[in-house]
Amino acid sequence: MARPSSRRPGHNRKAQYSLFASYVVAITGAAVGLLLVAVAIFDPTGFAAIRAATAELSRPASLGLRNMVSGASSLDDVLTAYWRAGSQNIALRRQVEADRNRIIEAKAVAQENQRLKRLLKLVDEDHSDLLTARLISSSSSSARRFARLNAGRWQGVRTGMPVRASEGLVGRIHSVTPNTAEVLLLTDSSNIVPVRRATDSVPAISTGLGDGTVEIRSLAAGRNPFNAGDILVTSGVGGIYQPNIPVAVVVRIAGEIAYGVPLANPSKVDAVVVERSFEEAVTRNEPASPDSAQPETAANASVP
Amino acid sequence: MIDPHLQHVPRLGRHPSRFRLTGTPVITVMLGSSVTILPIVAQAPVMPPFGLLLLLSWRLLRPELWRAWIGVPLGLFDDMISGQPIGSAMFLWTVMLIGIDAVEHRMVWRSYRQDWLIAAAAIIFCIAGGLFLARITGGGDIKLELVAPQMLWTILLFPFVVRQCARIDRWRVMA
Repeated sequence: MARPSSRRPGHNRKAQYSLFASYVVAITGAAVGLLLVAVAIFDPTGFAAIRAATAELSRPASLGLRNMVSGASSLDDVLTAYWRAGSQNIALRRQVEADRNRIIEAKAVAQENQRLKRLLKLVDEDHSDLLTARLISSSSSSARRFARLNAGRWQGVRTGMPVRASEGLVGRIHSVTPNTAEVLLLTDSSNIVPVRRATDSVPAISTGLGDGTVEIRSLAAGRNPFNAGDILVTSGVGGIYQPNIPVAVVVRIAGEIAYGVPLANPSKVDAVVVERSFEEAVTRNEPASPDSAQPETAANASVP
Repeated sequence: MIDPHLQHVPRLGRHPSRFRLTGTPVITVMLGSSVTILPIVAQAPVMPPFGLLLLLSWRLLRPELWRAWIGVPLGLFDDMISGQPIGSAMFLWTVMLIGIDAVEHRMVWRSYRQDWLIAAAAIIFCIAGGLFLARITGGGDIKLELVAPQMLWTILLFPFVVRQCARIDRWRVMA
């Protein structure tokens, strides 16, 4: 086939002008786009307010779909569970036997811990949980890793708050709109979390790689202290995350760098907990006074 | 979604409404951009950019439909919903459309394969450009290998999307 009749307007002066004007508009629009990106270099959340409209409008759709598919997505787990029912039953029973003693020990340790803290007059009232909500969608076609949370400013969510699931850390709040919030996931390449090894507190820094894994660099010079199977927890340095939230497990070592997999998989977790920032939780003196400014922050309010 | 109408035979003297003629392409591209509201919490950039694919399909199927500035509003909508920095698709899509206009004049022969080649170049440009813009706006050190699989299957998906687009187009122009 020969090329299609081109869009050249021929000798029609009016058509020529209109084509020229369309290119002027297009190039101006592209320049405005580049300008918006340039603004975002210095202020990444500056124009996030523009997103509020689409985020709010798409929330009911995402939520409805989420409710529908949450059953279907765990279908593979259910099937494999049936397949391995017998052997799994025996293994689980053994594990329960083994764990029972450990739980009793842990309870005793926790009790002793509380007693010692009381002796030291340390304030450790854990009012850090703000609310429970669900992740309803994500930036699945972008190179950044954001998830959208079904709770926002009106529910008391603020930028910078850590987000966790029962399995471990999920990320932190990046921007908020009235009813939704964007969560910067642990695996985003700009999310840096100070961590330590759970067993002996070797400090390290975890950076996302964007593909579902994290890169762990030890803060100590010298050879890489990590081994496959090490569990990493937050160290509380930096004031955002509470200490001792499980983060990742090391799976591979490559020279100076260790690669880890997050313990909480945001695509599988049912609900996530938004916590107050660590600094905020520690420096609050009375539980009543700071909350009076924001009465809508119902403690442990739950959003379906 | 359009199947019941596809068997429909156009009648003499009837014309599709103006809204159907001009609105359908815009709405399909916006629906393609909205695929990210599906409740999938992805751990890697796996989803092909359907908005871009549909825009390319319409542009290559119907060169006379839009002028290059259409990339500005459609790109802005895509930015609002995709998680990329605002302005990135606005810039990349418009530059891509201007580029296609420029290349099209120079091609002597034109068939389905040339369309696919143009689309492949445009997809690589937009995804790599989006990665670059995400990196300079505080995205950290994102590597190009991260989006290579997404590029590959977006290019492989183009023939399928352009077929569906042609079916919608047939419905669009039939009264």
